Amino acid sequence: MNDDQAGRISLKAEMADAGIADVLAELDRELIGLKPVKARIQEIASLLLVERVRRKLSLATGTPTLHMSFTGNPGTGKTTVALRMAAILHRLGFVRRGHLVSVTRDDLVGQYIGHRAPKTKEILKKAMGGVLFIDEAYYLYRPENERDYGQEAIEILLQVMENQRDDLVVILAGYGDRMEKFFESNPGFRSRIAHHIDFPDYGEDELLHIAVTMLAQQNYSFSTGGREAFVRYIAARRAQPHFANARSIRNALDRARLRAAYRLVSSGGDSVTAEDLSMIEAADILASRVFNQSPPAERS
Amino acid sequence: MRITQGCFSFLPDLTDDQISAQVQYCLSKGWAVSFEFTDDPHPRNTYWEMWGLPMFDLKDAAGAMLELKECRRAFGDRYIRLCGFDATHGWESLRISFLVNRPKEEPGFSLERQEMGGRNIRYSTRSYAVKRPEGSRYQP
Repeated sequence: MNDDQAGRISLKAEMADAGIADVLAELDRELIGLKPVKARIQEIASLLLVERVRRKLSLATGTPTLHMSFTGNPGTGKTTVALRMAAILHRLGFVRRGHLVSVTRDDLVGQYIGHRAPKTKEILKKAMGGVLFIDEAYYLYRPENERDYGQEAIEILLQVMENQRDDLVVILAGYGDRMEKFFESNPGFRSRIAHHIDFPDYGEDELLHIAVTMLAQQNYSFSTGGREAFVRYIAARRAQPHFANARSIRNALDRARLRAAYRLVSSGGDSVTAEDLSMIEAADILASRVFNQSPPAERS
Repeated sequence: MRITQGCFSFLPDLTDDQISAQVQYCLSKGWAVSFEFTDDPHPRNTYWEMWGLPMFDLKDAAGAMLELKECRRAFGDRYIRLCGFDATHGWESLRISFLVNRPKEEPGFSLERQEMGGRNIRYSTRSYAVKRPEGSRYQP
């Protein structure tokens, strides 16, 4: 429909037709930071767009391999991006349904002999026509236990990844170093995955931006003091172990809301306004354990 | 003799693409697709062997077609039918069922006459295929 007489095709019109620009813009708007990831997704989207046009001109040579691996620390947005990826692939017509089935080892590997193959197959069948997202994929492979059934799940998975590339896109996710080890021990996986995308950690200002966005979604906001306190909270929390980027931020905000609610209730609360009910004050944040656990980095 | 039953019984056998489209239709209606097989072609044989459980949470026909392929590999010399089960309240029954696989040779049925008192006759049909025991019918 976009061809003119000379057989030219407007890529822009194709892009609008697929609605891909919306998805990318949404990705840009809603996901803070993650520059390399967005750049990579745009590259992939462009490739798919060109492939789609080529298919119209019958130039294509078959579906490109779309299996991906997402590596990065916890809370860096791997699952969120995977969901978007499913939408992008769906709009471009590379998966038929565009749903995401998110699984971990327990969903794929059975407890006893004969249990595993049906289980893996069930999941694969469910994910057909969409995207299968395997979180912490390296748990599938446990070299220390020779009677582990993960290896067989891997074999079934590899077979489907190879033979039914039109029906299913597999995205593996996990922490960088352990995924590297996983790929080393399962070379079949590395060669079947075309796109390796690394998710960087968030910077402090990005984390603050994320916090403000999260609060806005729940109709909350920081007071000036609250915001300042949260900046200090982020700095302190990042220095501590088990920091999970955006996930830690979300948990911190949930606890702050808890304290804010308790503050309102225990202060009597005779006349509260809508503004009181949606304000996170400095005290709500400063009461966090994070501030007394890390003496070197802290002032208060 | 070509056995027919269920939906589309007056049409030639569906191709895999057509079967896949029918599966997708079932899924869009929220029906659970399953496969059943048998080697007893008698028309009153309603309870066939199940090939696995009904697939309740499929999104795309490719999953069911995968099962059909497996089933054909194991029981390609038997009748296989596709069933679409509607679990919604009030229906709770099959909404669609048709053959997706049949043996290469279908020998057909013999008509048996039983003579009774007076000049009455009782009729019954019997497939030539069931002369051999279950599992070895339709094999050369």
